[in-house]
Amino acid sequence: MSTVSTAHDFKRNAEKVIADGTVVKNLKAVRQNFIDKRVKAAQGLPEFEALRENAKEIKNHTLAHLDLYLERYEAKVKEAGGHVHFAVDAAEARKIALEICRKVGAKTVTKGKSMITEEVGLNEFLETNGITPVETDLGEYIIQLRGERPSHIIAPAVHLNKNQIESDFRRVHTHLDPNRDLTEKVSLLTEARGVLRERFLAADVGITGANFLIAETGTSIIVTNEGNGDLTQILPKVHIVMASIEKMVPTLEDVSQILRLLARSATGQEMSVYTTLSTGPKRMGDLDGPEEYHVILLDNGRSAMLGGEFQDMLRCIRCAACMNHCPVYHQIGGHAYGWIYPGPMGSVLSPSLIGVDEAGHLPNASTFCGRCESVCPMKIPLPKMMRHWREREYERHLNPALTRAGLGFWAFFAMRPKLYGLATRIGMKLMALASRGKGRFASLPFASGWTKHRDFAAPQGETFQARFKRERGTR
Amino acid sequence: MDTIRPSVGFAAVKLLEDAGCTVEVPAQTCCGQPAFNNGDRATAKALAMQMIEAFERYDAIVVPSGSCGGQIIKHYPELFADDPNLAPRANRLAAKTHELVSFLTDILGVQAVAAHYPGRVTYHDSCSGLRELGIQSQPRKLLQSVEGLELVEMPHSDVCCGFGGTFAVKYGDISNQIVTEKVTNVASVEPDTLLAGDMGCLLNMAGKLSRQGSSIKVRHVAEVLANMGDEPAIGEAEGGKP
Repeated sequence: MSTVSTAHDFKRNAEKVIADGTVVKNLKAVRQNFIDKRVKAAQGLPEFEALRENAKEIKNHTLAHLDLYLERYEAKVKEAGGHVHFAVDAAEARKIALEICRKVGAKTVTKGKSMITEEVGLNEFLETNGITPVETDLGEYIIQLRGERPSHIIAPAVHLNKNQIESDFRRVHTHLDPNRDLTEKVSLLTEARGVLRERFLAADVGITGANFLIAETGTSIIVTNEGNGDLTQILPKVHIVMASIEKMVPTLEDVSQILRLLARSATGQEMSVYTTLSTGPKRMGDLDGPEEYHVILLDNGRSAMLGGEFQDMLRCIRCAACMNHCPVYHQIGGHAYGWIYPGPMGSVLSPSLIGVDEAGHLPNASTFCGRCESVCPMKIPLPKMMRHWREREYERHLNPALTRAGLGFWAFFAMRPKLYGLATRIGMKLMALASRGKGRFASLPFASGWTKHRDFAAPQGETFQARFKRERGTR
Repeated sequence: MDTIRPSVGFAAVKLLEDAGCTVEVPAQTCCGQPAFNNGDRATAKALAMQMIEAFERYDAIVVPSGSCGGQIIKHYPELFADDPNLAPRANRLAAKTHELVSFLTDILGVQAVAAHYPGRVTYHDSCSGLRELGIQSQPRKLLQSVEGLELVEMPHSDVCCGFGGTFAVKYGDISNQIVTEKVTNVASVEPDTLLAGDMGCLLNMAGKLSRQGSSIKVRHVAEVLANMGDEPAIGEAEGGKP
């Protein structure tokens, strides 16, 4: 069992967000920011397209030999003095993390931004077991104060505006002067930095995710812009890396290619501000670093994706370009998707991890505009895989009965050209008459989902095929 | 096109005949895209087969729609990829199928059209045409040659209008949000007319514009290129009142 999902309630989630109106407003400036900057960064690198192709091949190769690279990675981590733990599911990953924390009598753990720990619900679990997790990425810190989940995989608090954050800080940071000035964005940043500094120093264990795991050296890599990840993994006595198995990349040379795509696709930066490599615990003569180094490798449904229709999804490097460019995400934000991963990548991944019965709406809630695939640095065919989920749903009769009936009705005619010709000839004539020369319908009983929001254009009357035949004769 | 707006078909026929083609219209229904995108692969395949049989005897198959074109060109080969008997037929049909404006410009080398359309026009890039078939500069190039036509670019012309086939009905509220933003972008450049190359997008945007009481006319790009811009616009009453 992973973190609780409301993906089955996607429609209602989305309706609420739309009715409220705040999220779409908050997302407006930000999304354009991401989009324009990505275009500039991609255009500024002549080999960008070639890198995409290489990165795809690197990951395809890795996934085809994942068992081999996992073993190699494990051996290298051990060689460097670290420990590797394999976790089949979320519960096992949480248990392993808790045991490590308990062994050193941890009271507080600091956390670098990690979607995997969100996926396994680590924070809640540690809290119930008497250990306080402190998120140190600014966005994660903010949503932790609010008891929310990330609404975006790299910008977790992107759904919020400055005023909302200010009121959260005033509510929680009660030890500070209530009359302090927080009007400038930078004053919020400074305040969070001050509060977090003490937490960094007090933490017993630091937990980070990993953007990449390097098989040849047993190295884990995180990229951040705030440096919080470095403090999380260097200051405490114990560093736990929690990462999913598909983060594997064979060599440092390979990862250097993918890193050139990651930040450009994500934020339009050439590189993130910090790219931090960690290999094992502190060595003799090192000035700092953890005394213990643990890696928890999570499967949680991923190995079942290998060799199947959804394997390509495991190429994902979590840059978020797909959601940054998604017209649906733009309107509803990340929380409406109901589980950990929003936007197009989530619409493919979530059904794989929590089941299509629970997450069936997500692959349907796409216009198939294809913009996600066009910007994906790893060339993941996202619309195609959403369509594969729709096929599974259709096979299992999971899609709404009304949709099925409508499609069946249409298909019955479409498969019979003569009958179709007759039915459309009569149907269009009747509709044209019913429109009484107004050119459109403000409401149609069989298409209320459409006419609730927009008019439906009346047909011109005669069908194209009928008129062509009449004017030109049969051929 | 066949049912709601046959004038688009006639515009396509005129453009092709002006370019020297002989046009035939074999009996047909649908390319199967609605079934394909709703996960009903069996019906999608059956309709694709029906299309292949009706059209494979021609030299070229021309479609006045990027999404129907994309279905045949990109997805038929995918549908039959694991069928050694039918894959070659699907691939052959895909190779000689073209979206109308792309066929005129990229294949026939048409540089200009003999048409007159007075007014300020903006063009929406329909997603399938743009991203599956690479249609972006071709319609703009031909529109530049239309006498009296002033082409203005709206912001984010390449962003989806929110139609998405059955998506517009299944997720009507989200679709409405997207199309509302789209028509805001359209209206921001104060055009007289909005053009696009796909009936689905056109019906969606026209429906939203008229619901908002906008006077912006909506037409298929082929109608303007074929000098058939005096037909009542999409959703417009006979006699030209919006």
